[in-house]
Amino acid sequence: MKQLMKGNEAIAEAAIQAGCRFFFGYPITPQNQIPEYMSKRLPQVGGCFLQAESEVAAINMVYGAGGSGARVMTSSSSPGISLKQEGISYIVGAEVPCVIVNMVRGGPGLGSIQPAQSDYYQATRGGGHGDYRMCVLAPGSVQEAVNLTQDAFDIADRYRNPVLVLGDGLIGQMMEPVDMDAVADHAPAADLKEKNWAADGHVPTTDSPRAIINSLYIDPQVLENHCKRLQAKYDLIAKNECRWQEEMLSDAEIVLVSYGTTSRIARSAMRKCREKGIKVGLLRPITLWPFPEEALRKTLSTAKEYLVFEMSMGQMVDDVRLAVNGERPVHFYGRTGGMVPTVAEMVAQIEKLAGVSASPDGCENCDFEKAVRDAADKIDAAADAMGKKLDEAGKKIGETVSSPEFQQKAQDVGKQVGDFATRTADTVAKGVGSFFGAVGKAFETVQKDLKDIEQKQKTEQKADVDKPADSDQKEGE
Amino acid sequence: MAIVFEKTKMLCEKPFHYCPGCTHGIIHRLVAESLDELGIGETAIGVAPVGCAVFAYDYFNCDMMEAAHGRAPAVATGIKRVCPDKAVFTYQGDGDLASIGTAEIVHAATRGEKITTIFVNNAIYGMTGGQMAPTTLPGQVTTTSPYGRDVTRCGWPIKVSEMLATLTGPAYIARVSVHDVPNIKKAKAAIKKAFQLQMEGKGFTLVEVLSTCPTNWGMTPQEALKWVQTDMMPAYPLGVYKDITAEPASVEGGAH
Repeated sequence: MKQLMKGNEAIAEAAIQAGCRFFFGYPITPQNQIPEYMSKRLPQVGGCFLQAESEVAAINMVYGAGGSGARVMTSSSSPGISLKQEGISYIVGAEVPCVIVNMVRGGPGLGSIQPAQSDYYQATRGGGHGDYRMCVLAPGSVQEAVNLTQDAFDIADRYRNPVLVLGDGLIGQMMEPVDMDAVADHAPAADLKEKNWAADGHVPTTDSPRAIINSLYIDPQVLENHCKRLQAKYDLIAKNECRWQEEMLSDAEIVLVSYGTTSRIARSAMRKCREKGIKVGLLRPITLWPFPEEALRKTLSTAKEYLVFEMSMGQMVDDVRLAVNGERPVHFYGRTGGMVPTVAEMVAQIEKLAGVSASPDGCENCDFEKAVRDAADKIDAAADAMGKKLDEAGKKIGETVSSPEFQQKAQDVGKQVGDFATRTADTVAKGVGSFFGAVGKAFETVQKDLKDIEQKQKTEQKADVDKPADSDQKEGE
Repeated sequence: MAIVFEKTKMLCEKPFHYCPGCTHGIIHRLVAESLDELGIGETAIGVAPVGCAVFAYDYFNCDMMEAAHGRAPAVATGIKRVCPDKAVFTYQGDGDLASIGTAEIVHAATRGEKITTIFVNNAIYGMTGGQMAPTTLPGQVTTTSPYGRDVTRCGWPIKVSEMLATLTGPAYIARVSVHDVPNIKKAKAAIKKAFQLQMEGKGFTLVEVLSTCPTNWGMTPQEALKWVQTDMMPAYPLGVYKDITAEPASVEGGAH
């Protein structure tokens, strides 16, 4: 039976059902419901919850418990995960399995507490010092977070390597129906062996000698050999554990690539665009490392362009570009700092790529701020240029102000400027480009009129005047 | 023929890498003998530090984990929570425990974590080449205090045993020295008691051992042993700073 559960709590319960009996953590928003839930539930199942004095201590407690052979987990959010990096590097080096949850929030620094995907690089490139990789699982729903958390323990044990569950504030805080019955008493995967390597105080035997859990290899050749062995393990993870989801890709000319919360918004945008006849599909990486490179390359058969949506300034887009390898254009659209993109924003981006004019219900906010900023800049520049022109014009006018013809022409020019103002207001709404066309034309008119006046003056006064203004000059191009 | 002395089986065959005159070797043997004599050695789990004792996992003949610098008490906490019936210990130097790892040791102590910490205080960073430690004495010359430790700029040495003894969580805290045979015997008794109390579930136990570093102090081994007596012991008085089993009337919450 399905029940409504918050992402963070569902992840915690899923871990317990997967045999996790040890949790070490430190409070940080937006993942607090995980330690809170664990503090309540673990004592009920004979487990141990401990609130550590710091993120650093928490990950080292995880190292100790994992090194002793237990299924152990910690969770945090971006700044806290940064603090854990030292410990994670040691855990990888010493080949200790554990599960780490990162409910990503906006960064850098203290950032915000709203959802973000700006820890992609840190997650997929190791994060701490040294050559290493971690399997990174990115759920797109609360149900998937439950399933992936359980799988994370199996993957961690299988390769003796930490596994990172990379959610975001939305996955953690959102309530959705989940089937917890289906994941109750999740038995470890059948292929997993007994942990005869663990430092659990066992009496040494031939099969299970004295355990040394260590990441120090002082001889460089020995360390290189160790790193090569770890690399062989990462290659195996890449081969066996890569996961992704394909939607409407069979004829997709525009291929969207997006993960986690963002992929759900992308899915809605894709469906809206499909209704309008745009051939768009979605590839959703479920493992961020290993990245589903082969799956992405298969889409080259139909894809004309790629569009990557992320809640960051563009991180996963690098992996998409590496996979596409320059064979197609790869575009990016992202919001960051805790801003979540809307369906309308994504639809507008897809329509732009498809060459379809924006629909009335299309882009409402996406490019508006940028357009306003650009328009403001250009208007400032135009105002400066206009000021100069008016100064010049003023000078000329001063010279011709006594002329009777001037009175008539002045009225004409005034009318032109009035028209220009009307047209300007109109064109700012329509687009900055045409606005400047109008500005240019208005100036040409002004200049032409002034030239006419000058010519007339020259003719009438039959005297030499200053060199006329350059009539070819254009503004705002 | 009767065997009157033999090497403890809790130490591996691997020769120590320690410098001539360094007392780490003596302290290792006291720990190993204590574990063995208490019958808890074979299933003990030790945590090695970063510092001169970084290779301790090659010397103690039991399950061992190598921790990041200063994090041994946190690692030991994780181990002890999984293996509550096993003897769990950390072996840490002064840079590891009293500088980069102050948070971990203070909180393990205040939690009353049922582990034993062997804290080796030699007033200097030995492994990295003799830099100033949190325990370096005022005026002591090191490679990063070439004019002597200036307390107006670098502060005063941390007295770890005194500091941790103010907490409620610890069951036993003692400072000992290994500069001569009588003190080595006292040190052994303190280490053994600490493990004993851990196994009885009394709480956190720590034995601070004043140790030598002739190499980085720039002394002969004999001079170094003397310097422990003349210079270190006045700054770090020996004694039992906390022993909840020795207190006649314990106030509620476990006073000291």
